[in-house]
Amino acid sequence: MNAQSDVGVFARAHARWHWSEIAFWCFLFSCGFLLPSRFLIMTEIVRLALFALSLDLILGYAGIVSLGHAAFFGIGAYGAGLLALHGIIDEPVLALVAAGLAAAVVGFLTSFLVIRGVDLTRLMVTLGIALLLEALAERYSNITGGTDGLQGIEMAPVLGLFAFDMFGKVGFFYSLAVLFVLFLLARRIVHSPFGLSLRAIKNNPLRAAAVGVPVNRRLIAVYTLAAFYAGIAGALFTQTTALASLDVFAFERSADLMLVLVIGGTGYLYGGLIGAVIFKILQEFFSTLTPQYWQFWIGLVFVVIVLVGRARLHRWVLFVPNLVIAQFRGAKAVVTVPESDAS
Amino acid sequence: MTSILTNLFDGVAYGMLLFVLACGLAVTLGLMNFVNLAHGAFAMAGGYVCAVLVNQSGWPFFAALPLAFVSSAIIGAALERALYRHLYTRSHLDQVLFSIGLVFMSVAAVDYIMGSSRIFIKLPSALEGQFDFFGVGIGRYRLMIIVICGFLTLALQLVLARTRFGSRLRAAVDDARAASGLGINVPQVFAFTFAFGCGLAGLGGALSAEILGLDPYFPLKFMIYFLIVVTVGGSSSITGPFLASLLLGIGDVAGKYYVPKMGPFVIYTIMIVILIWRPNGLFGRTAAR
Repeated sequence: MNAQSDVGVFARAHARWHWSEIAFWCFLFSCGFLLPSRFLIMTEIVRLALFALSLDLILGYAGIVSLGHAAFFGIGAYGAGLLALHGIIDEPVLALVAAGLAAAVVGFLTSFLVIRGVDLTRLMVTLGIALLLEALAERYSNITGGTDGLQGIEMAPVLGLFAFDMFGKVGFFYSLAVLFVLFLLARRIVHSPFGLSLRAIKNNPLRAAAVGVPVNRRLIAVYTLAAFYAGIAGALFTQTTALASLDVFAFERSADLMLVLVIGGTGYLYGGLIGAVIFKILQEFFSTLTPQYWQFWIGLVFVVIVLVGRARLHRWVLFVPNLVIAQFRGAKAVVTVPESDAS
Repeated sequence: MTSILTNLFDGVAYGMLLFVLACGLAVTLGLMNFVNLAHGAFAMAGGYVCAVLVNQSGWPFFAALPLAFVSSAIIGAALERALYRHLYTRSHLDQVLFSIGLVFMSVAAVDYIMGSSRIFIKLPSALEGQFDFFGVGIGRYRLMIIVICGFLTLALQLVLARTRFGSRLRAAVDDARAASGLGINVPQVFAFTFAFGCGLAGLGGALSAEILGLDPYFPLKFMIYFLIVVTVGGSSSITGPFLASLLLGIGDVAGKYYVPKMGPFVIYTIMIVILIWRPNGLFGRTAAR
């Protein structure tokens, strides 16, 4: 067997659906029936998961540290809000795609700025772009509604069939369906040769370029894709809450997002989903503990995670499940978080 | 014409303040390649210490300023020894997460202890108001800032260029490995510089309460400004960040005065354009290697 087919076999083995993944998604869908009184918070989790998935694409797979991912979330949110408010595209799914595409266009244009320079420059440029958009949204308050936000958004029924109800049931299943479809797409992409080349770039850009990977073009492509995902997450936000205000661009949103992804682990797509659940539970817990100052505890979580070390933390969490699996199979532990540190 | 000069004066004062606030960060980034987003938290600590001393304990303003410096430096030294030094070799992502965590904690803690509203420091009456100098309105407080910060800059330049510690520091920034090979205790040099930089930030925080406004969100609001100073200025010398701060100060004041509706738009655009044009900063080598 030559090296090339070796890689192929390995990649295909990884791309195959694992039974635990199927169980995971069945569980997510069943949540909609098991917890009928919690639709609103579950919708929030799904939305956050999609947003984190988008960051995982660039952070976990391409190694771009972004401090301003909320920029695309905001564009999606305002895009969907404006489309619905002015009745340009009434149908939510179409509006969703349109808002996502708008974010993708901005992502494509700004990707040229982001691929230049070292880590620090990237941090600055991504942060700067988010702040710039926030300032713009504030400046053109006749369009965006300024600090009051867009008001009076009314959403048409999804696909003309399912009207949004006040309990958020439709909103939840709609969000979950969107998340599932986009997850399938992301899964397909990261297991394709394109996804493999992204990992090569993340591990060593110079070597990747030497074996013929067009580094900059790949980074631009994945950045645009991530912007599209973030835009859709933002559009979902507007559509399910009928609200879009300036805080969609806020720095805290980008920072929290990093925490979500880091809790769950980067570079295997499920990190964002798991992280979103844990983050929301933590947030709820902290805000019942000290309503006004929950941010302190979130900050403490950041510091502790970094000081303990992300890899070590994931080993601890997976210790018990691995022990169980080892008992059943009599084999060595199989569940790991495939994480090579993003630099 | 006079309004231009007045703006220029305000801009220079603002820029010098930014320089004192941010020059510690330039060293952190340049020497240890550590992305410290929490630098503003040290400035805020100094500002609040000064405010408490002046407003509640009735200290004179000029006696409280050194205390602001000392307290921030002590906090900085303690945190450096306890937490920061474990993270020098980690990835940038870890450093970013860690310092964001610190920012969040400081914001919530100050909010809890001091309340969320903006705090003012009672100034001695000699510093209030402004006087005319050939028709140019000059604020006394801003003049004082320029004088203090100007002296500080000169002193820093002298320390860096003339003293033994300065040459050690420069050697460590240039090449930490070679410097330690020559017997320079790089971690010690760094710990000292870190604490000193935090102290300067604290002093800057105390001085800036009047101009920038001091509230618990200070570290978040001005994070980008500090980063701009460092990335645009580079860290190869003290002149780079200094010129970058002046540019930023003058640009920001002029932008707010002449195109008030564009708000902070001007500054961000200038920053992005400069970083595109020269990703390694306007002056010399990049801050992060």
